[in-house]
Amino acid sequence: MIGSNFVIMILEGIRDTLYMTLGSTIVGYILGLPLGIVLYVTSNKGLHPIPFIYRIGDFICNIVRSIPFLILLILLIPFTRLIVGKSYGSTATIVPLVICAAPYIARVVESSLNEVDAGVIEAARAMGASNFQIITKVLLVEAKTSLFRGMTITTGLLLGYSAMSGTVGGGGLGDIAVRYGYYRWETGTMIITVLLLIIIFQIIQNLGTYISGKIDHRKR
Amino acid sequence: MSEIEIKNLTKIFEVKGHNVVALDNVNLSVEKGDIFGIIGMSGAGKSTLVRTVNYLEKPTQGSILIEGTDLSTLSEKELRIKRRDIGMIFQGFNLLEQKNVIDNICFPLEISGTKKKEARIRAKELLKTVNLEDKEKAYPSQLSGGQKQRVAIARALATNPKILLCDEATSALDPQTTDSILKLLKEINEKLGITILIITHQMSVVTEVCKHVAIIDNGKLAEQGTVDEIFENPTSDAAKELISGKDITYTPLKSFDTNKKIRIVFKENSAYEPVISNMILKYKTPINILKADTRNINGTARGEMILSLPEEDGLAEDIIGYLRDNGLVVTDTFEEV
Repeated sequence: MIGSNFVIMILEGIRDTLYMTLGSTIVGYILGLPLGIVLYVTSNKGLHPIPFIYRIGDFICNIVRSIPFLILLILLIPFTRLIVGKSYGSTATIVPLVICAAPYIARVVESSLNEVDAGVIEAARAMGASNFQIITKVLLVEAKTSLFRGMTITTGLLLGYSAMSGTVGGGGLGDIAVRYGYYRWETGTMIITVLLLIIIFQIIQNLGTYISGKIDHRKR
Repeated sequence: MSEIEIKNLTKIFEVKGHNVVALDNVNLSVEKGDIFGIIGMSGAGKSTLVRTVNYLEKPTQGSILIEGTDLSTLSEKELRIKRRDIGMIFQGFNLLEQKNVIDNICFPLEISGTKKKEARIRAKELLKTVNLEDKEKAYPSQLSGGQKQRVAIARALATNPKILLCDEATSALDPQTTDSILKLLKEINEKLGITILIITHQMSVVTEVCKHVAIIDNGKLAEQGTVDEIFENPTSDAAKELISGKDITYTPLKSFDTNKKIRIVFKENSAYEPVISNMILKYKTPINILKADTRNINGTARGEMILSLPEEDGLAEDIIGYLRDNGLVVTDTFEEV
């Protein structure tokens, strides 16, 4: 079972899994972070309440998050094909991963920002800060630890989802597990991929916890 | 021209369809260089009042004039620039927890677009003013309450404001720390000529540092004047309650269960004479001392005593006359209905 081809396949699997996970996290945050800020700002108790905008954002987030990922994956095949040119492989998988992750990230960001002490925001307003300055210089700074923890959780989630995409030819370790472990009954391969997923997940989680502890100045 | 002028200020909050009147036609003016105290029980509306002074809360009716400028005439941007002239400190300090002391002090300067290098120099000066030179690199979580408030004061002073608003700034601090913060505020007032508006529920804060005081009760201005005047002769129930406390119901022996209670204030000159002893010897009647206290009012000691007098015909009046002749200020106490 363990030949050089196998090793190469596993290594490529790891590479593809990391590519999908990190790629979708980054693109997810490019979309989700501003969306989360918009949700926070326009909400009832936000810096600039606009109920109409909030309700739209809120609705979109809830709709997307209520669709199971596996179904979203299939549902989005035409859209993925439009953007990437094909509906299989790891780059193609990033599309549904991002669509799935962005609303989730927006929610995580919104709740992180909600944790920022209202008194600090009031102090900044009293100093003459504009809403934009409050967002960039107060909210994002004060919430950075919480935001980073949220990002760690999101990355872990996307690692799992990227493996799920293996069922529809998504590439990466999940794909290997489905093709070899499931269709060919190669239990050994299945166990190896699962172990690798566990290890990668642990590395992400521990690294995230470590870094967020390092950048937090609130307690020491 | 007054530094701060509050005209016919009314603030109404809508809470679940109900209108709550937080402030009801308040008129006040604070002169340049004054330390002005606004005191009231919790829920009296004093925090709302201070937050209208820098327009964090917009008045429902009435206007706020800062050095003659009506804040309602300013655009959002002009208002933000105006706020740099009005520093503010809070009960909860409200420091940025993820920034160290010096960055916290530089923060208002960063917002106003001051160059980083200049801001640093200014922040270091301010650290000296508030006596925290050795804490430059510390984070707020490593500081005590008093130190945090010092940082907050330095931060509030960074933009060279003309006015400093203190919203219950000492309420979260222990008595010693409160004293040191009040001393610092007084120092700043004297050195920089900055006008200070202090919101508090503690009479001791007012008597310690304020020159003028206004008493807010249920959203209304109950009374205002110099601290001396109000302490000696409070006329509103709210003022009496804040000065002498509410419950003077302890002790009374059966035979002294009388409604005639008086409050006397000793000034410096009368504090040397054993007035009460002499009075008892003279009228040969025992009186009941319900409360006695000494307070520091703007640096001078004032004694305060609450007596219950016998209700015999004329005797109470005689005693009051005797006390007045001896240079004491005598007033009725606040009666709980």
